[in-house]
Amino acid sequence: MDFLHRVFIWLADPAHWHGSDGIPTRLGEHLHLSLEAVAIGALIALPIGITLGHYGRFGNLAISVSNLGRALPSYGILVTAFQILGLGDAPIILALTALAIPPMVTNSYVGLREVNPDLKDAARGMGYRELALVLRIELPLAVPLIMAGIRTSAVQVVATATLAAAIAGGGLGRYIIDGFARGRQGSYSRALTSSGSSGSSGRPASRATAFKTA
Amino acid sequence: MARRVFLDGVDPWVNWSWLSSHVPTVLADLEQHVVLTVIAVIGGLVIALPLGVAAYRWTGLRLPTLGTFGVFYTIPSLALFALLVPYTGISGVTAEIALIGYNVLILLRNVIVGLDEVPNDVLDAADGMGYRPLARLLRVELPLALPAIIAGVRVATVSTIGIVTIAWVIGLGGLGELILQGYIESFHTPLVVGSALCVALALTADLGLAVVKRLAVPWARPA
Repeated sequence: MDFLHRVFIWLADPAHWHGSDGIPTRLGEHLHLSLEAVAIGALIALPIGITLGHYGRFGNLAISVSNLGRALPSYGILVTAFQILGLGDAPIILALTALAIPPMVTNSYVGLREVNPDLKDAARGMGYRELALVLRIELPLAVPLIMAGIRTSAVQVVATATLAAAIAGGGLGRYIIDGFARGRQGSYSRALTSSGSSGSSGRPASRATAFKTA
Repeated sequence: MARRVFLDGVDPWVNWSWLSSHVPTVLADLEQHVVLTVIAVIGGLVIALPLGVAAYRWTGLRLPTLGTFGVFYTIPSLALFALLVPYTGISGVTAEIALIGYNVLILLRNVIVGLDEVPNDVLDAADGMGYRPLARLLRVELPLALPAIIAGVRVATVSTIGIVTIAWVIGLGGLGELILQGYIESFHTPLVVGSALCVALALTADLGLAVVKRLAVPWARPA
């Protein structure tokens, strides 16, 4: 219980609650990196998945790209991006975005494919054009799966954003990496709890949805 | 800007003479990576198979088991390694607790889904032929659930290979050690070699397991 006691002392220290290495700052950095990566990822992935799903072509391609994405080690992408882009947020956002894209492409593709073809025929019979069909029939019906994909991505991104600290970035991972460096135990368990709780905002099941759809 | 020109000019992405003189190091890291992954996947199966069968029989177990491992799964691996170190030290045990825990969720879901998808007619036929519950489980239900279970093993293997690269924080990175070296020394060769081998290992394992599935469940082959 010595460990938990030290965690408590670390948390109770007001010095850890303000300034550039304070918990609010690090939490803000973590959220900023994660949100930006998920938003950019969604802007790239959703149009691709929705287009492929609407026309029903290149489905195998979408699934294999997603599987390949799982094979890429996020730490390797992060360090490679760092070597190319140098210090700053850019390599972190790039790596996290690459991680966020595959689940969203797969889920939006599958979501649009699984819309009942009878409904699409009925909509066409009622005079819907292609764009209206996508926007007013297919997308609303595919929302649950698309959201599941965004949640899967978001949980992965929030978890992996802790690695930003491994390439001299900010975020809550800073405490873990610095805690290891100093051999102090109080520091890193704090990052564990905050990062875990922001990660679980998408509920634990969200990560699991990917196994079925991918 | 000067730094980038320097890197482009002097440090190629792969320095072949460094690579040829460091083959034993690279192979040792690869071996550690494979060993950590194999133990994690087999350990995950050893826990997930009985647990999955139990949760399949007694549906009340599903929410607690899937919920517990689901929460475990959302803990970032870096943070989990950090939390375990005060209790289990800098050791393979620390790495494996985290890796096996992640795999249990992936495998557990697929075991349950696979067993659920066995058609009721088949179960009735097996009962009619006089199978006892245990024989029915071992000779009818589990073989029919095998495609889903192997699909889970594929996902678990590929994701474990990715997560092992982060185990350098507890000194067990496998190929992650090469990536770390590339970062610390701003030297591209180990970084590229480590990442490329990691992807190659994941794709090879995935392909190998796909072949295993074809051999193990010939009836599931698409016509």
